[in-house]
Amino acid sequence: MKAPPFQYVKPQSLAEVFELLGEHGDDAQILAGGQSLMPTLHLRLSSPTVLIDINGLDELAGISIDDGQVTIGALTRLAEVLKSDIVNAHLATLSRAMPHVAHVAIRNRGTFGGSIAYADPAAELPACMLALDATLIVQSGQAKREIAASEFFLGLYETARTPGELLIGARIPIDPPNRVNSFLELSRRHGDFAVVGLAATANAVGDRLEDVRLAFFGCEDRAKLAGRAALAVSGKRADAPTIDAAIDALTEDLDPVANLLGNSATKRHLAAVLTRRALGELARGVGEATHA
Amino acid sequence: MLSKPFSRSVWAVEMADTMSETIVIRAPIGDSVERSKARRLANGRGRYTDDLCLPRMVYAAFVRSPYAHARIVSIDASAAARAPGAVRVFTGPEIAAIVEPWTGEAAHLPNLRSPPQYPMAVERALWQGEPVALVVATSRALAEDAALLVEVLWEELPAVTDPLAALEPDSPLVHPELGNNLAFSHQVGRGDIGSGFAEADHVCEQTLYFGRHTGVTLEPRGLIADYDPTLDTLTVHHSHQAPFQMQMVFARHLGIPEQNVRVILPDIGGGFGLKLHVYNDEVAVVAASKLLGRPVKYIADRVESLLTDIHARDHRVTAKIAIAADGKITGLSVDDICVIGGYSNTIRLSTGEGMLVLMFSGAPYDIANYQATLKVPFQNKNIIAMYRGVGQPIAVTVTEHMVDLAARAAGIDPVEMRRRNYLTDDQFPTTGPGGVHLEYLSLNTCLDTVVERMHYPALRTEQNTYRASGVYRGIGLATMVEVTAVGPVYYGPAEVGVSTIDGCTVKLEQSGKVRVITSITDQGQGTEVGIAQIVAAGLGVPFADVSVVSGDTAVTPYGGGAYASRGIAIGGEAAYDAARTVRDNALSLAAAILQADPRSLDIEDAQIRDADTGTIRMSLAELSKIGYTRQDTLPLDVQPELSATRSFNPKVPAFVANGIQASHVEVDTDTGFVTLLDHWVVADGGRLINPALVDGQIRGGVVQGLGAALF
Amino acid sequence: MHDRQEIALTVNGEAVNRTIGVRQHLVDFLRGELGLLGSHLGCEHGVCGACSVRVNGRVVRGCLMLAVQADGADVLTIEGLSETGEIADLQEAFVAGNALQCGFCTPGMLLTSAELLAGGQPLTRAEIREYLSGNYCRCTGYQAIIDAVETVLAQRVGG
Repeated sequence: MKAPPFQYVKPQSLAEVFELLGEHGDDAQILAGGQSLMPTLHLRLSSPTVLIDINGLDELAGISIDDGQVTIGALTRLAEVLKSDIVNAHLATLSRAMPHVAHVAIRNRGTFGGSIAYADPAAELPACMLALDATLIVQSGQAKREIAASEFFLGLYETARTPGELLIGARIPIDPPNRVNSFLELSRRHGDFAVVGLAATANAVGDRLEDVRLAFFGCEDRAKLAGRAALAVSGKRADAPTIDAAIDALTEDLDPVANLLGNSATKRHLAAVLTRRALGELARGVGEATHA
Repeated sequence: MLSKPFSRSVWAVEMADTMSETIVIRAPIGDSVERSKARRLANGRGRYTDDLCLPRMVYAAFVRSPYAHARIVSIDASAAARAPGAVRVFTGPEIAAIVEPWTGEAAHLPNLRSPPQYPMAVERALWQGEPVALVVATSRALAEDAALLVEVLWEELPAVTDPLAALEPDSPLVHPELGNNLAFSHQVGRGDIGSGFAEADHVCEQTLYFGRHTGVTLEPRGLIADYDPTLDTLTVHHSHQAPFQMQMVFARHLGIPEQNVRVILPDIGGGFGLKLHVYNDEVAVVAASKLLGRPVKYIADRVESLLTDIHARDHRVTAKIAIAADGKITGLSVDDICVIGGYSNTIRLSTGEGMLVLMFSGAPYDIANYQATLKVPFQNKNIIAMYRGVGQPIAVTVTEHMVDLAARAAGIDPVEMRRRNYLTDDQFPTTGPGGVHLEYLSLNTCLDTVVERMHYPALRTEQNTYRASGVYRGIGLATMVEVTAVGPVYYGPAEVGVSTIDGCTVKLEQSGKVRVITSITDQGQGTEVGIAQIVAAGLGVPFADVSVVSGDTAVTPYGGGAYASRGIAIGGEAAYDAARTVRDNALSLAAAILQADPRSLDIEDAQIRDADTGTIRMSLAELSKIGYTRQDTLPLDVQPELSATRSFNPKVPAFVANGIQASHVEVDTDTGFVTLLDHWVVADGGRLINPALVDGQIRGGVVQGLGAALF
Repeated sequence: MHDRQEIALTVNGEAVNRTIGVRQHLVDFLRGELGLLGSHLGCEHGVCGACSVRVNGRVVRGCLMLAVQADGADVLTIEGLSETGEIADLQEAFVAGNALQCGFCTPGMLLTSAELLAGGQPLTRAEIREYLSGNYCRCTGYQAIIDAVETVLAQRVGG
């Protein structure tokens, strides 16, 4: 399983990247962490003419916090995200998700931006971006575009990033003090892609949940917010009838795709189970916040 | 009247005493001595097949059928042959021209039909992954590039995939010349199954489906074939378990005199039965080396491995059990449909999986009425052959599951059910329902042990308590009866050329240290350590004085290698005999030197001693030095013979072992996910040569089984 | 843009200069060019961990990194790691506890375990299992491996 022949280039600047993308279009692929791209090449599922290695662009790496927003550069290694004091202090959902992402060696090379741009339907990070209402930042030439996460994940391995653009980072609002969250992933073995997963966030207002966001992964062809289910809970106490209503509404939100890990009915059922459990955890979080 | 398995006399043979009267069991036999060879491996100094490079070596990659069943209309390799680094491209017919085809048939199973098979598909591909062209180039990457340029024109044919549909009269045929897809069928039984069911108070029936498994050695299959046309010699460095088998196969099928064929085993990254077999792609590589006159390396990549390493466990079993009200089993029937892919595997046969289900279902139990049938359909899938356990995991699962179902139907606790139905100590020796001779099985002792270890009654109570609060925990038992170290009665009548003996050379070096050259092979089990322990004990030297060589057909005695857990059971006996012979020869020489009666002497701790008092008379080092370099000091009629080779032919058909395992799990009934809480293993290992290595084998086997069951 | 490139890197403490094809992955380079055969290929798609090597102080899948990406890097393989003695205690624990059988997964296991030990943190057995869950073994059933790492970790960090 050896990669097919390709040309290799390691640009020293973003400008050079865009020049190359402009010149080669679909024949080029971006090499960041390589943890998804290299297996694809070794399995000969892909034959790019040019590999553009962006690992030299240090300006694309790093985690910073400013004015209530955390900025994570696309080239930040997943291991850095896992260890980051900023992430662990301010982005609880991401903090909970990171140990589920692959394994140590993969996280040492794999990048934050790579996972989001690749948008594997069973990956954790795209769902985290949805749950955290993140903004993805893409750039082409000098022009930057900001795209809400809810508009970024469009289909199977398909995002709103156009071929000439590079994902350069994400901006994520920090958890408010009344944030409650749940992160649940069903997988057969540690580090596997999810059979079904759910990243859930809400803000506790009194004894009710506001701004509920339920981001599923491993269910459809992309990470997806269950909007109607969230609506059924928002502004309410997460008691049994409310949770039941959310489960009912879920059938309109999700149309699961069968894969090797489960058929549609199974995934639908598991999504409902996770919803019940996650809402239960959010409710307990509200209880704790109320009694704090 | 049902037919009997093989020939009845095979299994009812009188059990001769397999151990000599004067067998010496002393340290380090029974000690958990460290496997010092592992130190090499822990420092990254292992040398596996892919680590070897030979002069002018080239690399192989295959073009494989993307279809389950397709006719090869044409192959155009011209572009591939011109690709950068390409040396040659071979197609099926070119390789077939110099290779004798083989079959997966056996002399003692006249109704096992399997047409001749060539290394690569000639007219039709019979499974997705069957090789159709072989590209040889100056690197694996370039060979893969060139392989993509081979243009194969295919005519897709209907594929036979469903086992039941395969047996329907209107099914497409895997081998049209055979008229149907039934490769083999067989049945065994005893008693009167009809009355066994008629007189029952409860009858339970279940169909169990087992999907295909493969063994996944972490080091994929591979070999380097090195043919020298100037001498008509072939040397193969092979990641394999049975080098003498492969020596025979390469000699016979490539027309090279056997004494010119040498198979050498480097370090091997796991075998598990996968690397026991004749693989058509490997034979193709040897043929390529013969045609090119230079070394050709082929290492299967992981995709090729998963696709084309032999598969196993593909069964559909319908079982019925009948019991009386008191839980006594009055009948057991098992109908197994065990598919085997496009061909029966040569030599090892693909019928093993199914035959062992017939022979071992119900084995632990006192069952008078038993019937088991086997149907083996061809299928347009990869070949089925022997992977660790070979059909016995199926036999155990089916048997224990049916016993549990019956227990539930009769309201009897599963442990109690087993107590009521196990063969008891006084019933041995006996014949199992499937016709297997059972010398003695410590069934009740093992059951008592596991019940005690798992605190069974308390665990059941706890289970009920949890159930009441909606937490579902399960407790499972699996009694294991396993055939190991099969002797010549299994492979002999098949006339497949497999050796079931093993041999060992023990020789003293000039310094009195010991070199052992054994025909058994080691893929990580540590059998070499066990052999060294046995020689050390038998000869009377420290374990550290013994080194072991194995895995080279030009160097070791002839033997079977590693399969069916035979390394120590058979190879160890040969090593012991050889060690005792060298001991006797050494004492004979010592007697001549010391002017003593050899029977009054012994060797212990590398010293020749008075047997009675332990007084040291001379060192083994002194003796060896004299024997090898100072024959001038010896009487003229004394011929020092400080090495010996002995072979061991097992006198029993097989060593049948037993044990029991128990599992404690929690099932999340909302998600269906199972968490393993506890797992217990009780195994009767007979005499344990090295308990730590035994533990390692059991743990590894258990985890492979848990992986298969739960993940 | 090019398909061959000169690289200069440090491997096991020694300076290395080579001109190589760009599509060659790091482990093929280490094995084929430098004779460092201790890093193994079990899958070539980053799943099994047999290819684990240390690059710039971190354990990575050597099969998922191009050799050209190691230009200017500091690479350590099992051979170098053994020579430094950094995990001599762990290697001895592996041998003593029969934590390796065929040895094919072992270098990768040791590279990952070395990073775990270098963290200097006490970990529960469950955390050790999680840490090593990206390294497959087919022979041992893992128990002896976890035992060895747990023992050595406890010896190093105390308690």
